[in-house]
Amino acid sequence: MNLIVNGKAETYKENCRTVADLLKLPAWNKRMVIVELNGEIVAKEEYDTILLGEGDRIEIVHFVGGG
Amino acid sequence: MSDSLVIGGQSLSSRLFIGTGKYSRNSLIPEVVEASGSQVITVALRRVDPDSNDNIISHIPSRMTLLPNTSGARTAEEAVRIARLAKATGLGNWVKIEVINDQKYLLPDNAETIRATEILVAEGFVVLPYMSPDLSAALLMKKAGAAAVMPLGSPIGTNRGLRTRELLRILITEVNLPVIVDAGIGRPSEAAEAMELGAAAVLLNTAIATARNPLLMASAFRDAVAAGRKAYLAGLGPVEETASASSPLTGFLG
Repeated sequence: MNLIVNGKAETYKENCRTVADLLKLPAWNKRMVIVELNGEIVAKEEYDTILLGEGDRIEIVHFVGGG
Repeated sequence: MSDSLVIGGQSLSSRLFIGTGKYSRNSLIPEVVEASGSQVITVALRRVDPDSNDNIISHIPSRMTLLPNTSGARTAEEAVRIARLAKATGLGNWVKIEVINDQKYLLPDNAETIRATEILVAEGFVVLPYMSPDLSAALLMKKAGAAAVMPLGSPIGTNRGLRTRELLRILITEVNLPVIVDAGIGRPSEAAEAMELGAAAVLLNTAIATARNPLLMASAFRDAVAAGRKAYLAGLGPVEETASASSPLTGFLG
């Protein structure tokens, strides 16, 4: 499945079906993040249930230093 | 004497807000927080970088009120989007609206900032807009429900001080909201000057983060803000053109 994660288009394996699956990948694992799926914030309780679809745009964000 | 600043229902004893950008290492932040005595601290929201494992939140003592900014926003809609993401972290409902279209001076877009204020206040945010010091814009932000206004002293990160002094003075006098001078303050004396003018607080990042000794500078700003506030409360003496002797003008020796 093709997803656009943080602006980067990549092909993900078949078993990457939900937001929770995506967040288990090494790049994002165990980080405090907020996820936006096609412009909508995904509640943490929905990470397991919301299914990802072909071409979905996902933003994975967090706080950084700033003024 | 109790002299708290109340914003969004929170009573703050410190009038020095600090940022978390530009530190040589983020592990300095808890020590800077301690040295500054600050209770409010800003952060930004960005895409996660898979190659960096640092978590800024882990460096911020949990007693702090988090003030996420909407840096990177060019329109009200983008600011609203960032604010909602920040709130979704569950780490509070304060937001510093920052809408910028000018890449040279990073001056805020007041019109878009007012629109974002209206939307976010309606959603229950405690909204502190970063703004160009303009009276009519500040009054519209107040009308929209802002908890404070945050006019710049000079452009972000310049350490040039209170170049907008007269406009700041007018906002402080005319807008019945806390005026927090944000951006441009480079020296403790400038922070003291803002407080003497009657600013409710000052927000600093670069001046502390880029000092040779950030901890000592944080402590210097803490003292300066407290001194300026005391001077404001004490009421500054009148300024005169000609001398007025402090010692008696009678009883001189023969």
